Amino acid sequence: MKKVSFLGAIVAIVAFSLLPFLWFVLTSWKSANEISAIPPVLVPSFHWDHYRAAVEQHGLLRYIGNSAVVAGATTAVSVGIAALAAYALARFNFRWGRAYLMLLLAFSMFPQIAIAGPVWRLLSSLGWLNSYHGIVAAYISLSLPFAIWVLTTFFKELPHDIEEAALIDGCTRWQALRLVVLPLTAPGLFTAAILVFIHAWNEFFFALIILTYPAVQTLPVGIALFPGEYTMPWGEIAAASTIATLPLVALTLIFQRRIVQGLSAGAVKG
Amino acid sequence: MKASNEPALGFLLPSVVFVFVFSLYPIIESFRLSFYRMILTLPWLGERFVAWENYADLMTDPVALKSLTTSVIFVAITTPVEVILGTAVALVLNESFRGRGWLRAIVLVPWAVPTVVSSQMWRFIFNDRYGLFNFLLFGDAVHRYWAPLAEPGLALMSIMVADVWKTSSFAALIVLAGLQGIPKELYEAASIDGAGAWQKFRHITLPLLKPALFLALLFRTIDALKVFDLVFVMTQGGPADTTNVLQFYGYKKSFAEGMIGYGSTIAVAVFLVSLLLSIVYIRLLGTRLLGKEGGA
Repeated sequence: MKKVSFLGAIVAIVAFSLLPFLWFVLTSWKSANEISAIPPVLVPSFHWDHYRAAVEQHGLLRYIGNSAVVAGATTAVSVGIAALAAYALARFNFRWGRAYLMLLLAFSMFPQIAIAGPVWRLLSSLGWLNSYHGIVAAYISLSLPFAIWVLTTFFKELPHDIEEAALIDGCTRWQALRLVVLPLTAPGLFTAAILVFIHAWNEFFFALIILTYPAVQTLPVGIALFPGEYTMPWGEIAAASTIATLPLVALTLIFQRRIVQGLSAGAVKG
Repeated sequence: MKASNEPALGFLLPSVVFVFVFSLYPIIESFRLSFYRMILTLPWLGERFVAWENYADLMTDPVALKSLTTSVIFVAITTPVEVILGTAVALVLNESFRGRGWLRAIVLVPWAVPTVVSSQMWRFIFNDRYGLFNFLLFGDAVHRYWAPLAEPGLALMSIMVADVWKTSSFAALIVLAGLQGIPKELYEAASIDGAGAWQKFRHITLPLLKPALFLALLFRTIDALKVFDLVFVMTQGGPADTTNVLQFYGYKKSFAEGMIGYGSTIAVAVFLVSLLLSIVYIRLLGTRLLGKEGGA
């Protein structure tokens, strides 16, 4: 009896987590008639037309390219900057090191609207609206608090002895970090990188206000502003959504252990 | 150690530059702009200092008050539901069984789906003519179908459903981390004393889980106050402003209507509400929590 109810709970969790999205994925393979059919069609006829239309008429590949560049650059730069800061925060005792971490925590809690206007005006005066470096600069500052917190916890767990040996052997701090600490904390860096990447790939609010030209817009903006004149092109939206989500679901399934570890390091220990 | 502090400043500098230019300065600037009148589409008007006029307008702006109520309702309903659902999921994930790793990965799927995608997905499910929601409710009695996203009473509820689906797994992860910190010996001792499953949950799990539950609630509250993507895609704040949450109203004023001054006033209000909520939480739940721990 106990076993049956436990199994029931597992089935319910799997259904709750997967079925809504699976329904959308199935929609991407349906013909227009199947999409609007009542009762709904469970097994689609596996049309690929919506994917073709999303690529050929709506520039899906361009959105994917923009998202890859923006999320990739954000990840590389912010993990690099965060690693430097986290190393300093984990290894030296500043009076204001703790205060800096608290300030970062406070920033990560602010609603985006609290900084949106001035960030827009700043980027506008720099001529950085509708540019990769403009959106990436905003994303770096959004992801730094989280990345620094996660990496600081990882660096603190690394024993001092190894790098001290390197320092005694005549390494500079910079060499000790680059040659000893970073290789040893590679798993932590990787965890932070995955989480920053997922966040940057999914971000919508700043992308919406900073990127107004379709040529530079990222996937979330493209999917949110999908043009539909009389009826919504659900098949094409579903196709674009499936392609936008697939890399993330793959990352999550492959690296779930790291993601869980990173999220709880950022949340619980913070 | 003093001499070696010098490179540390160099290590910190790049992050400090970004944080100050793109987070600290904008916050201060938002406060300053909230005392000015300026309109993006009429740049020749310039910045005109109006003192507290924007704040006076905000107090008497019926849409702003409605927007505040909507945000509070949204937070007050979604966060407890998400934490309770998350706890249920975490309790299952904390058991040892074959395929637990797979279940944990599956639970993370909604978290990994971009919010914009899940917004479109739920908008499709709530479609008024062929949405799955209507079919599950009314079968093929098409004439009875609802338009949840166009109905004042239902639109906010639909957005809440979408939010609960997307974010419960995050609450589950935090609670799971809390569950794993509870020593197994406590349960063994309780078993020897003849405690049942419910008694163990009530007297061991729940008290020791409080910090994790509090954390999950806090994180979800802060995040729920920022809800934007769902509203933008599913309802654009409608119908009749029933889903016009604070963040969306601020966006509309600042960017759709270009009223940067008044938009900043809303931004400051949102900032203060989230600050206030965090403090209330920490005072109400935090001290009770710490008090209990201190007494035990």
